[in-house]
Amino acid sequence: MASVTFDHATRVYPGSETPAVDALNLEVADGEFLVLVGPSGCGKSTSLRMLAGLEDVNSGRILIGDRDVTDVQPKDRDIAMVFQNYALYPHMSVADNMGFALKIAGTPKAEIRQRVEEAAKILDLSQYLDRKPKALSGGQRQRVAMGRAIVRSPQVFLMDEPLSNLDAKLRVQTRTQIASLQRRLGVTTVYVTHDQTEALTMGDRIAVLKDGLLQQVGTPREMYDTPKNIFVAGFIGSPAMNLGQFKVADGKANLAETHIPLTREVLDSLTAEDNNEITLGFRPESLDTTTEGDVGAFPVTVDLVEELGSDAFVYGQLANKEAAQAITSGAGESQMIVRVDPRRPPLKGDTVWVKIREGEQHHFSPATGLRLPS
Amino acid sequence: MTASSITEADEADRAMGGGADRSAAATLKGALTNRIGSAVAIVIAVLWTVPTFGLFLSSLRPESDIKGSGWWTFFSDPALTLDNYRQVLGGSSSTNLSQYFTNSLVIAVPSTLLPLSLAVMAAYAFSVLEWRGRNLVFVGVFTLQIVPLQMALIPLLRFFNDTDAGSVLLFLPLWLAHSIFALPLAIFLLHNFMSEVPRDLIEAARIDGAGHVTVFLRIMLPLMLPAIASFAIFQFLWVWNDLLVGLTFSGGNRIIQPLTAALAAMTGDRGQDWHLLTAGAFVSIVIPLVVFFSLQRYFVRGLLAGSVKG
Repeated sequence: MASVTFDHATRVYPGSETPAVDALNLEVADGEFLVLVGPSGCGKSTSLRMLAGLEDVNSGRILIGDRDVTDVQPKDRDIAMVFQNYALYPHMSVADNMGFALKIAGTPKAEIRQRVEEAAKILDLSQYLDRKPKALSGGQRQRVAMGRAIVRSPQVFLMDEPLSNLDAKLRVQTRTQIASLQRRLGVTTVYVTHDQTEALTMGDRIAVLKDGLLQQVGTPREMYDTPKNIFVAGFIGSPAMNLGQFKVADGKANLAETHIPLTREVLDSLTAEDNNEITLGFRPESLDTTTEGDVGAFPVTVDLVEELGSDAFVYGQLANKEAAQAITSGAGESQMIVRVDPRRPPLKGDTVWVKIREGEQHHFSPATGLRLPS
Repeated sequence: MTASSITEADEADRAMGGGADRSAAATLKGALTNRIGSAVAIVIAVLWTVPTFGLFLSSLRPESDIKGSGWWTFFSDPALTLDNYRQVLGGSSSTNLSQYFTNSLVIAVPSTLLPLSLAVMAAYAFSVLEWRGRNLVFVGVFTLQIVPLQMALIPLLRFFNDTDAGSVLLFLPLWLAHSIFALPLAIFLLHNFMSEVPRDLIEAARIDGAGHVTVFLRIMLPLMLPAIASFAIFQFLWVWNDLLVGLTFSGGNRIIQPLTAALAAMTGDRGQDWHLLTAGAFVSIVIPLVVFFSLQRYFVRGLLAGSVKG
């Protein structure tokens, strides 16, 4: 077991001007479960592959424990990796697949068998040990891939979207299994996913990447409550946060007829580049339905209601066309999402009046995209 | 009701512009799959097999019969003997083909194994290892396939004569020549098969602690078995049936000539030995059949199944 350190690690693919991973600084503590998350092409897989040694590091360093592994071959790094497509050896039985690394390392046969059987027991694979991968279901293959990593008891587990090939139900099930398995084994784990739900549910800490740049690292709660910039705000949370850019006048943000009061600190931290505007963020679950007369309430025209049983989400637009243009959300341009009481959902075409709950609005600078202190 | 619905369907079909084509295709398909089609196929197959059958029958007829009449007279005057085979396999030294039979084997086995082992390694280098100029060299290698081997005969023969390769090892020029001619295609084929193996598999093995040698021996070779077996069969048949290269590089030395050269000589300078020729030809068919049936069990479909999803 060991910590992992990325020290200004940079990867530039040949023939490309911009780095795929740009001076990544990241520390993963011993035994920690860190999730790298971001949209496709953000460099999260590249970062993982750099740690695995499958990708060159153009500048900077990568350390496992206190050991600089920047130029060490993958086989000498003492890591195990679970691939997105499992990459099982098709001509070997499950037991041989899991014991392959030990066999190469020259471990005695009896010990290999014993360790494989232990891992198989943990993963509920005992009766499949003599089968070939093609005779297994998707979920079983995924567990074999996990088993191959566990058997080695490496310093670090690397997982590259190991759940993305499973169906939705199995994914949720396996998600909790992997998380609890990691807690039990206590092996440092770096996990890559594009699914922010996976990130929030599994990780001790989450690192959000975009265009090869690290945006924010923190616990799931921190990422949700205090996103550092507009990108993280829009990325973490499901459905995504509503974000809108509005004019500021008289210490208030103007959403057409509605004025939302801003605190002194927020107003003070706005600069000239912000051009007297502010980006407001509010999650669908931070909105309360209210009545027209309420202070800070604004009208939303309902386009669609999504009922999930436990929740109902209203997809709509601000009633005022001009203000509506300024808003984006997970549903697209000029769309916004409101969570409403699932027992009394509004109808399509209705207008609902909503209000941001006290202290649950996020302020960002339109010029820099960064979070403003509040 | 039925009639009207059919015309309606036809009209709809025509309106969509696909009517004529589809019916023509349907007619053709019908004509090919009906009984007449099958009968034609059987007739063609029989016609195709008749010469081989005639050869086989001739090989079993007594020498005097072969020289006097055609094989089809067998049906009116049946007389069979194994004498021809006896003479070919164990007769006097002038008619005995067993020496050439052995020669063919001695030529064909190394001429298959040598290019195969080189090509598998080369294919690994071209498909898995990453080095500068890889694609350029690969294209270069395959371009050599364009050069007809006849062009290389004389230069290669001079090279072997100058270096006296034949005196080092009797069969060396033949082995080398066959290997050289086989390599471009072998590398090309095996490279294409190897490129199909998912990269993740190799990366997983590397993380599991395997170096290139282990990846090659434990992952690539088992997965390449079908490709290796098919190329082995092709190359073996090619060498076994080859006359040109065998004749050229054996340098007229009868001790190392392959069976094909001996058979050719029979029709040429000993045109009277038809009975031996037919029997010899059949003996020479046996080995390719054995090779084919012993290697065909490696033709397994979907060897990669279960490795990666998607």
